[in-house]
Amino acid sequence: MNLTIDGIPFDAPESWTILETARFLGLEIPTLCYHEGLSAWGGCRLCIVEIGTGDRTKLVTSCTYPVEEGLVVHTATKRVISARKMILELLISQCPTSKVLQDLAAKMGLNQVRFSPKWENCIYCGLCVRICEEQMMASAIGFANRGNELKIHTPFDKTSDECRRCGGCMYICPACTTRCEGTNPENVLCGRCENTLQPTCLEVYENNYHCWMGLKGECGTCVTENNK
Amino acid sequence: MLAKKEVQGICTTCRHASTCTRLKFATEPIWHCDEFEVKIPNLVENLLSKNNKLIAILEDVQNYYNYLPEETLKEISGRMKIPLKDVYGVATFYKSFSLKPRGKHLISVCLGTACHVRGAQAVASEFEKQLEIKAGDTTPDKEFSLETVNCLGACALGPIVVIDGEYFSSVKARMVKQLINEVSEGLGKIDIKKDQRIFPVEVSCPRCNHTLMKLEHLIDNYPCIHITVSFGRKHGWYRLSSLYGSFNFESEHEIPLDTKLNIFCPHCHTELIGGYACPECRTTMVTMIVRGGGTVQVCPRRGCKGHILDI
Ligand code: SF4
Ligand code: SF4
Ligand code: FES
Repeated sequence: MNLTIDGIPFDAPESWTILETARFLGLEIPTLCYHEGLSAWGGCRLCIVEIGTGDRTKLVTSCTYPVEEGLVVHTATKRVISARKMILELLISQCPTSKVLQDLAAKMGLNQVRFSPKWENCIYCGLCVRICEEQMMASAIGFANRGNELKIHTPFDKTSDECRRCGGCMYICPACTTRCEGTNPENVLCGRCENTLQPTCLEVYENNYHCWMGLKGECGTCVTENNK
Repeated sequence: MLAKKEVQGICTTCRHASTCTRLKFATEPIWHCDEFEVKIPNLVENLLSKNNKLIAILEDVQNYYNYLPEETLKEISGRMKIPLKDVYGVATFYKSFSLKPRGKHLISVCLGTACHVRGAQAVASEFEKQLEIKAGDTTPDKEFSLETVNCLGACALGPIVVIDGEYFSSVKARMVKQLINEVSEGLGKIDIKKDQRIFPVEVSCPRCNHTLMKLEHLIDNYPCIHITVSFGRKHGWYRLSSLYGSFNFESEHEIPLDTKLNIFCPHCHTELIGGYACPECRTTMVTMIVRGGGTVQVCPRRGCKGHILDI
């Protein structure tokens, strides 16, 4: 399968997806619901890339799109970046307390969230359901209900006989690690310190980089940065 | 003997009996419950031999119990080798499935856009007020279940309310009370002339063309259809409502559910048979001639609601 990714011609094995090829070539595509050990799901849409040339391009999720002969892929065009930011904005407004999401936001330079935050504790990425079924062979948890009542829980919401208490679901959940709350826990965005080599909070908190330590400390970089 | 309070909730057969109606009314502990040990596995086995698709099975179970008992879902999951979480996921995904026991009458109020702008919300709240339950719940006497749905596909006639499969159009809040009364008295008493789905037919024997109507005997306020039936070693008269869409009947003998009846003309004694296969249960249906042209076919299995009108 000869294809071109970001201008690099490459002969990828037939079974690969665009994401695998890009990772092999060292091109970075942010992902959330993708995991090497689990089946691709295509739920978070964060890994979108643009395929095609000229006017006839379209956005596809790279984690589920298999490579094709003659495919032309761009992993970072203006359209891709703005769409990704919008998707991340939606995800963050669903669950602003997730460290994984906040880190992604910092990395992608997202500095606004225009949707009202929901403060849910799940983004329905399906990772826990898949790890439980595919790696733990337990199939103890799954999606229940539909639409805005969608929930992840055990059948009948009761202690499950199948669950082996392995904790795999918690290990993999991107919403389970909570973010550093900073001085302003109500703020939807945090983690601004992630992408700067010289965290501004060092001046404020005298050499204490609380966020990295994983303590529920107060950082406040975001506040200082916003006030500038 | 234990006091009633103490024994409530003790069942040694199944551990997850929160939805079990039997346990709820039990006056002594249940040590061995054949419902869950014998009946459910048998039922599921039976349904599985006819059908091997999950949704179809769930529908059958729901038809049988009026809801989906927890134990049946476990049985289905075990036999079909589908993880319970997926069976549960499907059962909670579709609104037509219910995991809680539902009442005898199901009232669905449409809150789709078209009905909504015509005041369906007021109708729904009126139902909630009259029945003293919230949408999605069942009255304590298990008579009514109330639910709201999002579109019934009859927007031009809104606000639509469906009660036990009958559609009521342009419902106003002030009509709610009357509707509830009518339903609790039985839908057969509802004004037949207004309802397009229920109408009387007049039938005769396809062989001797003698009329099968019995004018002096009324069912649903209309002359009934009089035929003779036999099943097992019993033989006797059988009268059924001539209203197409009504399933009321009277019979000389008590007929157990699911019995297949052999039906005869009381005048020429020919067996009335040879129609299509019943759309519901595939039994061969019984044919009668409709006055004014055409035939009507009914399923001869007691309890089956299969019937076709061919004009
Ligand atoms: S802890 Fe239970 S639910 Fe979670 S992955 Fe393990 S078996 Fe599945
Ligand atoms: S609980 Fe966590 S892993 Fe599971 S779907 Fe929600 S966010 Fe994803
Ligand atoms: S990583 Fe591809 S859609 Fe989530």
